[in-house]
Amino acid sequence: MNTSVSVSLRDVHLAFGANRVLRGVDLDVPRGATACVIGPSGSGKSTLLRTINRLIEPDRGDVLLDGRSVLGDDPDRLRQRVGMVFQQFNLFPHMSVLRNVTLALRRIRKLPEDEAVAVARHELDRVGLAAKADARPAQLSGGQQQRVAIARALALQPQVMLFDEATSALDPELVKGVLSLMAELSAGGMTMVVVTHEMGFAREVADTVAFMDRGVVLEAGAPAAVFEAAEHPRLRQFLSQVL
Amino acid sequence: MDPLSTLWETFFDWDSMREALPEMLTVGLPNTLILAVSAALLGSVLGMLLAVAGISRTRWLRWPARVYTDVFRGLPAAATILLIGVGLAPLGMEVWGPNPYPLGILALSLIAAAYIGEIFRSGIQSVEAAQVEAARALGFSWGEAMRVVIIPQGVRRVLPAWVNQLIALIKDSSLVYFLGLLASQRELFRIGQDYAANTGNQSALLLAGLFYLALTVPLTHAVNWIDRRLRHGRPAGAPGDEDDDLTLAGAVEGSPR
Repeated sequence: MNTSVSVSLRDVHLAFGANRVLRGVDLDVPRGATACVIGPSGSGKSTLLRTINRLIEPDRGDVLLDGRSVLGDDPDRLRQRVGMVFQQFNLFPHMSVLRNVTLALRRIRKLPEDEAVAVARHELDRVGLAAKADARPAQLSGGQQQRVAIARALALQPQVMLFDEATSALDPELVKGVLSLMAELSAGGMTMVVVTHEMGFAREVADTVAFMDRGVVLEAGAPAAVFEAAEHPRLRQFLSQVL
Repeated sequence: MDPLSTLWETFFDWDSMREALPEMLTVGLPNTLILAVSAALLGSVLGMLLAVAGISRTRWLRWPARVYTDVFRGLPAAATILLIGVGLAPLGMEVWGPNPYPLGILALSLIAAAYIGEIFRSGIQSVEAAQVEAARALGFSWGEAMRVVIIPQGVRRVLPAWVNQLIALIKDSSLVYFLGLLASQRELFRIGQDYAANTGNQSALLLAGLFYLALTVPLTHAVNWIDRRLRHGRPAGAPGDEDDDLTLAGAVEGSPR
């Protein structure tokens, strides 16, 4: 995991028509650190995440990996460096679990079949699902699907991992397994940007917690500072509602 | 003679059927299959191109696909076959010689493509946008995401409708008789019709009908079987759908459900 890079957003703006979703976002995630982005729904958290791998192009501002702007890069190559995990898992339902993980390795990395399978089996083993390699996604629980989705992203050896409310769609009893996997990754030195409603996770795992509201990062800092000594009234109000 | 036995003899005269059977089997059936299978292949490829053009963000692809579909879906199949088979006959004569099949297959394919294109398009558009996003997040280009992730899923969802169209195609293949066929080129319907015209007895035509049913009915059942398998995976006892799994997951945790 020594290939991790730092992530920075500089004054990122984005509007969908008249709807100004991001209004000058700044965020710094040092190499190997984990940043949790919290905030009310509709505050622009998921959009912010998607500007990092350019699934959404910002109107203005800059996105930097390792201090270098990515806005001039080929987006397809950029996305191979940035893993992403979605709220609804988004596994490919017409393929086996193994095929889900090998797909990009074979088609994009052009690895031979046996090498791709070896990498995929290693990643599935790491998320504890080696035994499910031949199952279809629909045969797995939500928590298992999400762990496969994480393995699928990790197989490409990303330098950054983005998590978009990775546990929000899970049954309560399945959340823990996914969160502990994410905590393991974080401890292993992966740079992670995690949009989450799991305040316990943010408090324990994050190096930085950023509070977003109405398209800007209102307050960011160490978890202790954000959770125990919130300065901004809107953050205090948000915390009083979720804690 | 009483009306009932007249009816019986008109349609179920075994001797007429037996007389027509060898030619049906050795000439009619192969010809119908050649027409239907070639047009199914060509029509499906064209249909896929139309479907992708139809969802393109480029107006110059979307628009022609739209017009094509409207025209070829809107014309009677018989009219299209005559227009193309007769209209292009001088051209066809130079390319293929005096064989009406290439133009007949072309006409059948063009008609089928219009319907199949709409079927594929609806299937592709039913695949969640999140699937494209997931593929793109892995580094796939839009085209690759379509080819590897979206189109395979979309096509699976509309397999039964696609097979319906192939069934229509098998039946419509009889319309090439408009184009004037040599004895060796006659397909099932034409052979049945010729025997019926010569003998004044409709039994050979009914026999042709039975051949069509023998082709189309198994096709329907085969696709339903494939459809079930694609939906639920291998039938080997694995839990079928998500509901089962959630129940299992709950049971493992010991929570009452």
